[in-house]
Amino acid sequence: MISSNQPKCLTALDRPNSYIGQSVPRPNLARLLQGRGQYVSDLVLPRMIHVAFVRSLHAHARISAINTEAARAMPGVVAVVTGRELADVVTPWVGVLSHLKGLKSAPQHAMAIDRVCWQGEAVVAVLASSRALAEDAAEAVEVSYEELPAVTDMRSALDPATPAIHPDLGDNLAFERNHDAGAVDAAFAEADEVVEVEFVFGRHTGVTLEPRSVVADWNAGERRLIIYQGTQAPHMVQNIAAKHLGLAEQQVRVVCKDVGGSFGIKVHIYADEMATYGLAKLLRRPVKFVADRVESFNTDIHARDHICKGRIAVNRNGSIKAFEIDDLTGIGSYSMYPRTSAIEANQVVNLVGGQYTTPNYRARARVVFQNKNVTCQYRAVGHPIACSVTEGLVDLAARRIGMDPVQIRRLNLIGDDAYPCASPTGLRFEALSHHASLQKLLQMMDYDALRAEQARLRGQGIHRGIGLASFIEVTNPGAAFYGVGGARISSQDGVTVRLDAAGSVTCYTSITEQGQGSEAITAQIVASGLGVSIDRVRVVLGDTDATPYGGGTWASRAAGIGGEAALQSAKMLRGNILQVAAAILQARPEDLDISDNAVVDPSSGERKIELSELARIVFFRPDTLPPGLQPEMVATRHFVPREYGFAFTNGIQASWLEVDTATGFVSLLNHWVVEDCGTVINPQLVDEQIRGGVVQGLGAALFEHCIYDERGQLTNANMADYLVPMAAEMPDIAVGHVVTPTKESELGAKGAGEAGTAGAAAAVANAVNDALSPFGVSITEIPLTPRVILSALGRI
Amino acid sequence: MTTTRIALTVNGESVSADVPARLNLADFVRDQLGLTGTHVGCEHGVCGACTLRVDGEIVRSCLTLVVQADGCAVETIEGLSDSGEIADLQAAFRERNALQCGYCTPGMLMTAQDLLRKCANPERTEIREHLSGNYCRCTGYHAIVDAVERTAKARQRRS
Repeated sequence: MISSNQPKCLTALDRPNSYIGQSVPRPNLARLLQGRGQYVSDLVLPRMIHVAFVRSLHAHARISAINTEAARAMPGVVAVVTGRELADVVTPWVGVLSHLKGLKSAPQHAMAIDRVCWQGEAVVAVLASSRALAEDAAEAVEVSYEELPAVTDMRSALDPATPAIHPDLGDNLAFERNHDAGAVDAAFAEADEVVEVEFVFGRHTGVTLEPRSVVADWNAGERRLIIYQGTQAPHMVQNIAAKHLGLAEQQVRVVCKDVGGSFGIKVHIYADEMATYGLAKLLRRPVKFVADRVESFNTDIHARDHICKGRIAVNRNGSIKAFEIDDLTGIGSYSMYPRTSAIEANQVVNLVGGQYTTPNYRARARVVFQNKNVTCQYRAVGHPIACSVTEGLVDLAARRIGMDPVQIRRLNLIGDDAYPCASPTGLRFEALSHHASLQKLLQMMDYDALRAEQARLRGQGIHRGIGLASFIEVTNPGAAFYGVGGARISSQDGVTVRLDAAGSVTCYTSITEQGQGSEAITAQIVASGLGVSIDRVRVVLGDTDATPYGGGTWASRAAGIGGEAALQSAKMLRGNILQVAAAILQARPEDLDISDNAVVDPSSGERKIELSELARIVFFRPDTLPPGLQPEMVATRHFVPREYGFAFTNGIQASWLEVDTATGFVSLLNHWVVEDCGTVINPQLVDEQIRGGVVQGLGAALFEHCIYDERGQLTNANMADYLVPMAAEMPDIAVGHVVTPTKESELGAKGAGEAGTAGAAAAVANAVNDALSPFGVSITEIPLTPRVILSALGRI
Repeated sequence: MTTTRIALTVNGESVSADVPARLNLADFVRDQLGLTGTHVGCEHGVCGACTLRVDGEIVRSCLTLVVQADGCAVETIEGLSDSGEIADLQAAFRERNALQCGYCTPGMLMTAQDLLRKCANPERTEIREHLSGNYCRCTGYHAIVDAVERTAKARQRRS
């Protein structure tokens, strides 16, 4: 808890007129609803030109010749630039972090120089007065390739006979982690039953509706690069752009206005974005790059693509004795920069079994290179894998011993009174609520009635299933994710709050907005902490020239970390204001408070002086204040959790669905979530984060799959062939909460952005297997397409 | 590149322009008229972000050549907003947080209004079906369906 010399008053959570805990509508919605948002794809600057990239047609090939002559002569063309030419402007990078011991990758350039390593890698940049003309000219660029063998199957990527994609690295193993805790061999040897299966997770991608977009504007007069980009982490982009363009950080400004969806897709540094920065510097004018949909599928980071063998040891009384996994994941041809592509596998090792009491856990994870697009952190990094493996194994164990899935969880989930405690991988849990969440979920879904209905319908040949998935979620990360590994990605965030001359408040925060409601919750917290009405608060974010330095919005961190900084800065400004008010009113600061835009007597509620009047005196008549009193109407506070590396949250999901055993189609009928993100700042925004996250997980469970052929060609790089969840197939989703605030902050908020995605696919897979239990099959592969289901049923 | 002279109305204003035959309606309203509320998501007619109204019917403007709109009345999100036609629907979206990043929202509002003009009291499944050509990655659709349903009920009470 924060104790300070601030005036004593109610906490922010129970102050009069507090907005915390209220479903306040987001202030930025009105303009988005009128089509008046400002996305990077909308931006036009004077002298701006457009870049289209010529991209590799091959998964792996040597570039033998490039002929750009015809392209240069095409209408509207300003320049045609090869990878070799751009290498003079942008230095290469290697996507490793020092705390991921042994992680290796090869130097990657902004554009390929003499070799391409995945289909879609940029080879030549064509710049013209419009994107259409740039694309016309790109077709006239001639690139000759000598095709090389493509490594595409992760299962054989480590075979001695398989060529190393990057010969200097020796082999295709990017990273391996082993973990062994407790007495695993003894547990498996002594257990009544052991269940062992292989889980397969398809490769999928984010499909943000606005593709990745950047306008880079090099002003040769100021020697300054302004990058307008839809990014989750402006200060990270500033640092990386400066580093690889040979600039000082203050020579780079990153501006991020509205962002058309991100979900982790826009938290990385892509080679074509780095190329765009470099092209602006090279050509001394603004350059715009907006990926088209085919480019998005081929170059936005992909995710998952794991094959994970899992074993569980269980006794007939339902006691789970051990978990063991062996995870293999293919990450494409490079480790992504700067967050690396080893984090997901590392998370899988960290998280499997983490909601259960058994201390016996062994894990191996291997991360291998392939000639495919890179994978990296996408919403709920690693969690869906870990949750599906854990909860799939638990359900299989329950089925083996003839126990209800609820009962085995009741017996093995960590007790709500057991905290603080740690997982077998050393994750420290401050306070979780697995059992309270399970109980609430069962009430919401009326579990017993559903089981009765399921049995009744089975008699009619209708196959419905119930699937449960409990999960833990990493939120509010401190430096442990990236900072300790040497990445210059801030784990702290800052907020500046300013009382303006008319008594309104402007607030600058380093967290960013991609639709989650960062702006809204910041305004809610500042208004509550300060004592003003929310319509007086304007929030500024997404500009490295304006906001405090900070990490941004990713890893479910913005509300918990940036929100606490907002609260503390508002409280500090309140203290500053009350000092001035005390001088004006000849009172003691501790006898005053601010409420409803006025300094008040907290006991009687009497309005002593309006903030607008106080501001008038401060800014225009400071001569009337006592000598020596210098009002400070700006306050800045930063925050990062220090005691726990992460604020773990927990929750549980349930799916109710019907499988058509003739067609293999799955109809989602209902979905329930109970989660515990601590203090709920805005219930509606939390619920909508959960619902949106669930539907991304449902897409992974049923539809989404980047399908590569054996030559490394992505065969479904369009929205007609890569299926995403649409309104008609999705169910209504009920969301409930258990509230266990973190004591690391006064606000008590933990993250909620990834909980939905963490458990949705596991719940669906368990429900499908429950529906199909009369057939004696179990499926451990997603997406659960009709082909997968009919194959398991032996019908095709 | 040869161009064709066209004349149309956009949000009630007369517009004439010389356009290349290959120019689609989405790029025309965005790049030539500055009406950037119409968004481009997939450019192959699947995502619905570019949905516009042409002579009263919703179309995918990425699949419509602007020369096809010669002589037509085109309406964009800016027009529907300024006329007040969908003010209640927009308010319901805001109250229900039926948008997050907002990129699908103009197309979603166009499509929802199209349903509400044709069907006064749609069931949730009908709403889901009518919106099923508009992709939203953020919300999971539940809140959007709620907002459309509430608007339909409120309009029924008023009529």
